[in-house]
Amino acid sequence: MADIITKATRIGYAEGLLYLGETDEKVIVMDADLAGATQTAKFKAQYPDRFFNSGIAEQNMIGVASGLSLTGYTVFASSFAMFATGRAFEQIRNSVGYPHLNVKIGATHAGISVGEDGASHQCNEDIALMRSIPGMTIINPADAVEAKAATIAAAKYEGPVYLRFGRLAVPVIFGDDYEFEWGKGQVLVEGDDVAIFATGLMVNEALMAAEQLKNEGISARVINIHTIKPLDEELVVKAARECGCVVTAEEHNIIGGLGSAVCETLSENCPTPVVRVGVNDEFGRSGPAVELLHLFGLDAAHIVESARKAISLK
Amino acid sequence: MDKKLKRELEMQAVRIRMDVITGTFHAKSGHPGGSLSVSDIMAYLYFYKMNVDPENPDWEKRDRFVLSKGHTAPALYGALAQKGFFPESEIERLRKPDSFLQGHPSLRMTPGVDMSTGSLGQGISVAVGMALGAKLAGDDYKVYTVLGDGEVQEGQVWEAAMFAAAKKLDNLIAVVDNNNLQIDGTLEEVNSPYPIDEKFAAFGWNVVNCDGNDLDEIDAAFTAAEQHNGKPSVIIAKTIKGKGVSFMEDQVGWHGKAPKQEEYDQAMKELQDRLSELETAAAE
Repeated sequence: MADIITKATRIGYAEGLLYLGETDEKVIVMDADLAGATQTAKFKAQYPDRFFNSGIAEQNMIGVASGLSLTGYTVFASSFAMFATGRAFEQIRNSVGYPHLNVKIGATHAGISVGEDGASHQCNEDIALMRSIPGMTIINPADAVEAKAATIAAAKYEGPVYLRFGRLAVPVIFGDDYEFEWGKGQVLVEGDDVAIFATGLMVNEALMAAEQLKNEGISARVINIHTIKPLDEELVVKAARECGCVVTAEEHNIIGGLGSAVCETLSENCPTPVVRVGVNDEFGRSGPAVELLHLFGLDAAHIVESARKAISLK
Repeated sequence: MDKKLKRELEMQAVRIRMDVITGTFHAKSGHPGGSLSVSDIMAYLYFYKMNVDPENPDWEKRDRFVLSKGHTAPALYGALAQKGFFPESEIERLRKPDSFLQGHPSLRMTPGVDMSTGSLGQGISVAVGMALGAKLAGDDYKVYTVLGDGEVQEGQVWEAAMFAAAKKLDNLIAVVDNNNLQIDGTLEEVNSPYPIDEKFAAFGWNVVNCDGNDLDEIDAAFTAAEQHNGKPSVIIAKTIKGKGVSFMEDQVGWHGKAPKQEEYDQAMKELQDRLSELETAAAE
């Protein structure tokens, strides 16, 4: 294999924030005592007057972010996905979503790839929670380049956004010329036997799966869905219609995430067999992140197997 | 406080109370008890203290108000209607499907509402964020928020209290409407948050106690609250739930129940009598 550069999406998030710090004086960053881990400490070091730490108090952090946004600021509120969307769900629902405020929730340490900290910190429910809030945009970048671009794009958009980042260093897929298209799915590999919709770190796994499938004579279309809500329904339906079967791949519970979103769209517009790859409605456990990803079937091998199954269902 | 001003504010408070009764009567639901207890404070804020412009509700330099105890929206709507943010006739459409007067305040629907509230404990955090934003931008407007006394049982209130003191937000004044009743009974019966004043003091706030149904005392409390530099202030306003309507006063049952026709007639008569009394006194 050629040299693979790996970088966590949370690093891309920090790079995006640093860019915004320099270019937009209305951008404020908040954290709940996890600035070192979420990487917002980098913003704090450069722009200490525009960084606020709520301490271990996520509910208040979200409310303060709402208040700041009502005085004209664009606020990025950060914590781990578990605490941002779990602990502060109702604050996000009632104090951000309902009034449709310009608050961005920058959540890191999403999914099973948190690793050793175990199930209490491995949030596989955040996409489901955020999807259920009307008007919430959800972006789950595939690599650090996309994470940086999504962060910058989120600041330009007026309204609530949930940005989902990971702890684990993952392969960088995109080049420096990458352009983030808000709300658009992105065909990375053309194919017509099976459509693989992937998000987050599963995009790279889907690319590897497509290579393996190619060796078996199966032509897989790989589509990066960075914006899970609103879903690029047109692209989803088109790919399903042209390929005839679908696999979804996400580092999230198979209930409520990308797989559910794709199934909901297809069942109403273009009923198509779908096989979902994700955490199979169970809690995580402690272990090295990469081992856990394999243990929970979040890898190229499982996508390949699922693609074969999807094709058999045609 | 000047006698004439006091009488004017007392009249506004009665008009707000009439709007509370009118709105909840027509809606056949809502929260009259806590709306009536807070009416004097609402009159003081909207007709004396706060710098707001009904012609320009989104004016950037206005004082902000967050009704953290969002269920007493009828009192806020009464104040906004009396102030001219929207016609008073809208009050009769409270809680109707085609009305912009929601059961709890909605930022995006009602002119003059500065934040959606209703889920207790959240409004104070938003008020804290507004106060922080004002400081950051170098603006000198003030941020006011009113909490229920039962509401301070919410943990988020104390997260917000800790943060506001740490950030020295002396442009923030919170009021606790201490009517001593919550849905399931008295505060002590349910889960006592007392002493509320000492708790806020321990969190680093400037604390003022007052009778929240007496405009002289309310005025003195706000004046005292404003004189502290470097600390957020809280006014613990001792009030009577259902204040101004004899059969609702200090009755837990009137927390979330609308008056029926006879009750509406009786309540409106009492309030009209009180208004006439004040008008007569004003004319003398």
